[in-house]
Amino acid sequence: MNVETSVRVEDKLFYNRYLVDVGRPHVKVRAHTKPSSQLLALLKVCPARCYELNDKGQVEVTVDGCIECGTCRVIGEPTGDIEWSYPRGGYGVLFKFG
Amino acid sequence: MIEEKFDAIVVGAGMSGNAAALAMAKRGMKVLQLERGEYAGSKNVQGAILYADMLEKLIPDFRDDAPLERHLVEQRFWIMDDRSHFGVHYRSEDFNEERPNRYTIIRAQFDKWFSSKVREAGATVLCETTVTELARDAHGKVIGVRTDRRDGEIHADVVVLAEGVNGLLGTRARLRERPKPDKVALAVKEMHFLPRETIEAHFNLKGDEGVVVEAAGTISRGMTGMGFIYANKECISIGIGCIVADFQRTGETPYGLLDCFKRHPSVAPLIEGSEVKEYSAHLIPEGGYKAIPQLYGDGWVVVGDAAQLNNAIHREGSNLAMTSGRIAAEAIVQVKSRSHPMTAANLSVYKKMLDDSFVIKDLKKHKDMPMLMHTNSQNFFLTYPQLVSRAMQNYVRVDGTPKAEKEKVTLKSFVNARSWTGLFGDAFRIARAWR
Repeated sequence: MNVETSVRVEDKLFYNRYLVDVGRPHVKVRAHTKPSSQLLALLKVCPARCYELNDKGQVEVTVDGCIECGTCRVIGEPTGDIEWSYPRGGYGVLFKFG
Repeated sequence: MIEEKFDAIVVGAGMSGNAAALAMAKRGMKVLQLERGEYAGSKNVQGAILYADMLEKLIPDFRDDAPLERHLVEQRFWIMDDRSHFGVHYRSEDFNEERPNRYTIIRAQFDKWFSSKVREAGATVLCETTVTELARDAHGKVIGVRTDRRDGEIHADVVVLAEGVNGLLGTRARLRERPKPDKVALAVKEMHFLPRETIEAHFNLKGDEGVVVEAAGTISRGMTGMGFIYANKECISIGIGCIVADFQRTGETPYGLLDCFKRHPSVAPLIEGSEVKEYSAHLIPEGGYKAIPQLYGDGWVVVGDAAQLNNAIHREGSNLAMTSGRIAAEAIVQVKSRSHPMTAANLSVYKKMLDDSFVIKDLKKHKDMPMLMHTNSQNFFLTYPQLVSRAMQNYVRVDGTPKAEKEKVTLKSFVNARSWTGLFGDAFRIARAWR
């Protein structure tokens, strides 16, 4: 029974409100050819599934659905794999309930 | 640039920041509070339970207008395996009191209200403003902050860092380390809406009575973690959290765990027919006493989650946040009232006061628990729950087997799984860490 594959994270993010800061992502992945184990872990652990593998096998981030938990920062910042900031004031996820 | 100089700048408008800003403003200090969200609460995530005692110390009559959900009359602890739960429930009519002790709340709404009290007390609250950096003088003393607004350097005698678990500013300024993956948990949560009467029927409640379910066991798949279900008025908060290092090691997904938890036969009927309206995630400090960083320095103090002040064993965080915010404010007011400068030596009174409070006393009491739970997660979150479930089933199922034989089977299953040394060792370790 592999239920994970049936969970559609995109549908969950659709419940949320966001104000996307177009062209100014608050998380960036350092350019790489082969992803580190930390970067690969983000593919699974990111609760908004912002991290994906591209067809060259590199890890890419799309921050539009980010719920700003900071998990990727805790894992990926120490190794320099990612750069992490808060979005500019007012941008990002806007929780109605929190 | 804002030319005005403030007595204090508070970074963040969560529980600790609001408590600090309110307590200082009430004492006549000139306070500026900066919040990156659209409004106070729009970036804040919690289960959430509010502890009345700690809020009463700041706003004695909060019950008159605070957006409270339900007062808790029942606590359920569940040990779960894949098909069962073994529960300890405590419910008392005593909790239907005039001034209830604990409430469920919805943070975005509650924090907005809390922030309105901060404004009423005279503080300036500036939202949609991300603080990007601490401003320091030539000697390294913190003299204010820089924000993402244009020319945004603002000065104050002291900066209260109430920036939450991620605490970017403090880390960037090397006041403390970034939380490590084995010292924080990642929790994901959904808000499930149902008609009021349905929630009351599902949880055996009447009026504004509320209940909390906390669950551990195979739902975390051997990782250190916990599921929770909180009944609000017209919605149910349901979520699960595990240590980040465990997620990293196992490759489990947080939404996968949440999905399994929701579909568990003991849980599914509680949320049946609900409409989901939000999905959130948040980090929770789990390192306990040993993870508390330096709490003060020249021109700054740190409070709440940013200072890792969370009691993971009792699952209390917001009250430690609120209390540390209030105590930091009292310490600052004390230094100011003596016309002393906000130096590390003078601000050390904050730590002294905090050490004397339940905040540090409780964290100290359980200082060895986080490590014990994290290093033995397979036993505590997988093996024992399965054993308990089998033992209970063996106990309650009537099938003609003599009781003595049944008990022998149960005992044997425990010894086989953990050995006598293991069982006694686990009991001893828990007792030692708990005392």
